[in-house]
Amino acid sequence: MHLHKFEKIWLVFGMASLALFLLITGFAAFWKGTHPQSHIETIDPQNVEAHEAFKPENLGLQEVADGKYTVNIVASAFNYDFGTDADGKAVKRIRVPKGSTVLFQITTKDVVHGFQVAGTNVNMMVEPGHVSRLETVMKNTGEFTVVCNEYCGVGHHQMFAVVEVYE
Amino acid sequence: MMLKNYNFTKKESRLYMSFMYVTFASLLIGGLMGLLQTLARSGEFQLPFGINYYTILTVHGVILGLVLTTFFIVGFQFALMGKTVGISDKQLKWAWIAFWTMLVGTIMAAVTILVGQANVLYTFYAPLRAHPAFYFGLALVIVGSWIAVFTNFRQLYVWKKANPGQKSPLLAFMVTINMAMWFIASLGVATSVLVQFIPWSLGYAATINVLLSRTLFWYFGHPLVYFWLLPAYMAWYAIIPKIIGGKLFSDSLARLAFILLLLFSIPVGFHHQLTEPGIDPTWKFIQVVLTFMVIIPSLMTAFSIFGTFEVRGRKLGYKGLFGWLRNLPWNDVRFLAPFIGMVAFIPGGAGGIVNASHQMNALIHNTIWVTGHFHLTVATTVILTYFGMAYWLVPHLTGRRLTPKLNKLGIIQTIIWTVGMAIMSTAMHIQGLLGGPRRSAFSNYMGGEQVETWISYQIAQAVGGTILFIGIILMIYIFIQLAFFAPKGVQEFPIAEEEVDAEPTPLILENWYLWIGITIALILFAYTIPVIDIIKHSPPGSIPFDWPIGR
Repeated sequence: MHLHKFEKIWLVFGMASLALFLLITGFAAFWKGTHPQSHIETIDPQNVEAHEAFKPENLGLQEVADGKYTVNIVASAFNYDFGTDADGKAVKRIRVPKGSTVLFQITTKDVVHGFQVAGTNVNMMVEPGHVSRLETVMKNTGEFTVVCNEYCGVGHHQMFAVVEVYE
Repeated sequence: MMLKNYNFTKKESRLYMSFMYVTFASLLIGGLMGLLQTLARSGEFQLPFGINYYTILTVHGVILGLVLTTFFIVGFQFALMGKTVGISDKQLKWAWIAFWTMLVGTIMAAVTILVGQANVLYTFYAPLRAHPAFYFGLALVIVGSWIAVFTNFRQLYVWKKANPGQKSPLLAFMVTINMAMWFIASLGVATSVLVQFIPWSLGYAATINVLLSRTLFWYFGHPLVYFWLLPAYMAWYAIIPKIIGGKLFSDSLARLAFILLLLFSIPVGFHHQLTEPGIDPTWKFIQVVLTFMVIIPSLMTAFSIFGTFEVRGRKLGYKGLFGWLRNLPWNDVRFLAPFIGMVAFIPGGAGGIVNASHQMNALIHNTIWVTGHFHLTVATTVILTYFGMAYWLVPHLTGRRLTPKLNKLGIIQTIIWTVGMAIMSTAMHIQGLLGGPRRSAFSNYMGGEQVETWISYQIAQAVGGTILFIGIILMIYIFIQLAFFAPKGVQEFPIAEEEVDAEPTPLILENWYLWIGITIALILFAYTIPVIDIIKHSPPGSIPFDWPIGR
């Protein structure tokens, strides 16, 4: 099959850029550990409380070590359960200091949900029967809106919270 | 060698036109839903009569993403086959059966959605449960399309028998590739609908494996977008050259590009599931690599299309590096609309690279960036090319012609579309980068600066959406003119020919056993182990949920 000389140059350049791009992506994934979240752990969606992390008393923000936090959340249509505060009110806002390492752990009791902390790389699908987990360093201060970004029903847009990172 | 093209009989034309009627009726209904969505999400308007945002969102996605595209493609491809390899009376009968099966399925699904029993969006993710009629409707659309697939295969087979030793006409070859891809891919979603959804929605199965159903959906979902795109490529490779007065750039190159698109269209679905739990990241990465192989035929396509333009321009005597651009028929809508589609595919494709990237995906997954992306690709590149085809196909079928006045309206339509989409899609891309979610009704969330910024872009989308709707009304007007009122005459069915001294096409390019064999091998490689993993490590299944969608 005949290829024009310019076309050969074009394709060789294109394929070389592609190979370089994939090498960088692969290097980042396998050597730097920047895989997308892919937790393999399963859970019974009708009994999420059986899991240590999703017991009602363990929900919400916990400082596990100096500058290290865990946030456990149970999603359901149309709410993120971050536990309750001292007055027994549902928590909708969590605050962490700048530079802290935060591990988000979330599962769902019913349908598929999304969990995105807008403005950060925290963006996970939440599926019944699975635990989604992502650790990140909160490098910037500000208020970050937590949104459900996978359609979960007619109240989908009412599913939200806020993560506040302070100085 | 000159290939003989067939003239359409009245009976044939009626078949192809039937697909066009459904296409443009869908455009009007789906487009109206799109307008309502952008207005509602601007926060400035409320939907009347208590209509649910997610009902119109489902109608919009199903009617435009599944119905308009499939009807146009199947009808257009039947016309291409009829023109290049002919259609027998028996095949014509089967084509009608395909049409009616698809139409009945469409109406079933559409009614179920409109009465609020299927607010599940066009991806119908379990365990949200729609009324069983929705799934039956979808199954019928798929089965109808399969009848079309096998009728097309039969058409080429009969032609090959009658023309031994000859290579198949290029367009017939391309249709066959697209239908082979569609058939192999839709086996995934058909399995999911027939084996998982239907028994579960009827209550015969208590639970459903959610991750498996999503994996089967996306096994189909990515080739679905190539199924939309390949008819546009057919036009770019084999029809546009004729419209500009040129010749085919290279028959073999076009075939090779289509084969590569077939090979790398299916074993790639995980790049839609990158942020999902339960799938080994190594397999995600393998499918990301396979996804990017599609860049090779895309580069080949870009080269040969612009090569065609340049060769034509230089033949007309235009000199200089870009002088040949001047000779292109900018005032011919049959060229202008698809050309703008090609240009939109440059940012569209670049955005696609972001979407399919193992890491960058996390920034934009399920944000409205993705909506912006496919409004550039399918709703600009693909649809403007389809419109570009309709300007000559419809009058060709109805025995009328595209008058200078209608051509001018078409050019205005193309410009309106381009402006509207530039505003809407750009606003969506930016809002998505800022984290704004897709598929959501208007919401203030918890308030704050971030949300204020999102809303300002949502207002821009409403402006773009309104302009686009004006474009849709104009397109419908042009279609009605071309179908019923334009003056009688003969409108050419443009098919590009090879240069007289073109090199022969290698026979291996038409070795179906080889290419389908490699396609299946790649699919088995990419999916066998992860699917076994998904089944082996599956959690307790999910019971159905009706109330979240208001049932």
